[in-house]
Amino acid sequence: MTFINYAAREINCKIVYYGPGLCGKTTNLQYIYDRTNPSAKGKLISLATETDRTLFFDFLPLDLGTVKGFKTRFHLYTVPGQVFYDASRKLILKGVDGVVFVADSQEARLEANIESIRNLDKNLKEQGYDIATIPYVLQFNKRDLPTSMAADEMYRRLNIKREPTFEAVATTGAGVFDTLKAVARQVLMDLKKR
Amino acid sequence: MTLPDLVLYDEEFRKIKESLQRLASDANANVVFLVDKNGQQIAAVGDLQTLDTTSLASLTAGNVAATDGLARLIGEKEFSILFHEGERDNIHISIVAQRVILVVIFDERTSLGLVRLRVRRAMAELEKIFAEIAGKAEREKQSLQADFDSPFAEITDEDIDRLFSE
Repeated sequence: MTFINYAAREINCKIVYYGPGLCGKTTNLQYIYDRTNPSAKGKLISLATETDRTLFFDFLPLDLGTVKGFKTRFHLYTVPGQVFYDASRKLILKGVDGVVFVADSQEARLEANIESIRNLDKNLKEQGYDIATIPYVLQFNKRDLPTSMAADEMYRRLNIKREPTFEAVATTGAGVFDTLKAVARQVLMDLKKR
Repeated sequence: MTLPDLVLYDEEFRKIKESLQRLASDANANVVFLVDKNGQQIAAVGDLQTLDTTSLASLTAGNVAATDGLARLIGEKEFSILFHEGERDNIHISIVAQRVILVVIFDERTSLGLVRLRVRRAMAELEKIFAEIAGKAEREKQSLQADFDSPFAEITDEDIDRLFSE
């Protein structure tokens, strides 16, 4: 749900990074935070356990500049990936404008990726959204690992609607901004249709 | 496609701000702000210089969402008031019209009783304003669908590329 404030001339959009546990959602946000001009970002908030696993969400507000005289503010959220935090994941999807699915490229995590996409589909439906129409981008993370699967095989198994797909190494930042840009583009283009 | 769920125009924005301002001064509160349930800040008044209102908005919404989840688990519709007491500052949170969150931050210069009393009055005002906003949105939806003059109808690829080159 985009919030358009004509009084303050601002558009606020919510992007959620989704994916299985330990796939690198928080690392994506961390990289974006580290590489963004201090004037364009707010505080990165992480509600995490003592071992740095996301417990509820991470949150990063970003000001990207102006479009048609409106300031664009993107609120980036991650969800906790582990299966048993499903109740929290549902809450965070409320009011979402665009989703980035971060897939773990390791062969051993293929099933976890597939299950997480299914979970996303189900949770979006519960909130009244359809994965087929919501702005959506796929990222294959951890491409640097020797155990990573071939990208075309991953594409075959995980891409659901020919969504833009990016290879990434979130720890070094490869592909991170390309992914963000692609989802922001879809969200803003979506405003056009309304 | 549907219209954006929440569109705020100058007139309503001004009314909301006035209402919050009145609440802040009547309750002698430091800060009063309004957030929607998704964590977007709608308006804020008071001593905001030292406060990270964006983070506050997001965490408040997370807090309310989690508490809503708890309420449903035990068979309640919602907990309409949350109160956090600190050594110096306190936070009073209430749900307005089931969709926005009113947050009051106050210290020992006032009391919880006074805050609750003033919040109740402000909530009645805000509920009216949000009913107007919802009515306006509904009217617009019906009157047009086709020719809603969205300022974003003309967004181009170049506009978006520019966002990321800055």
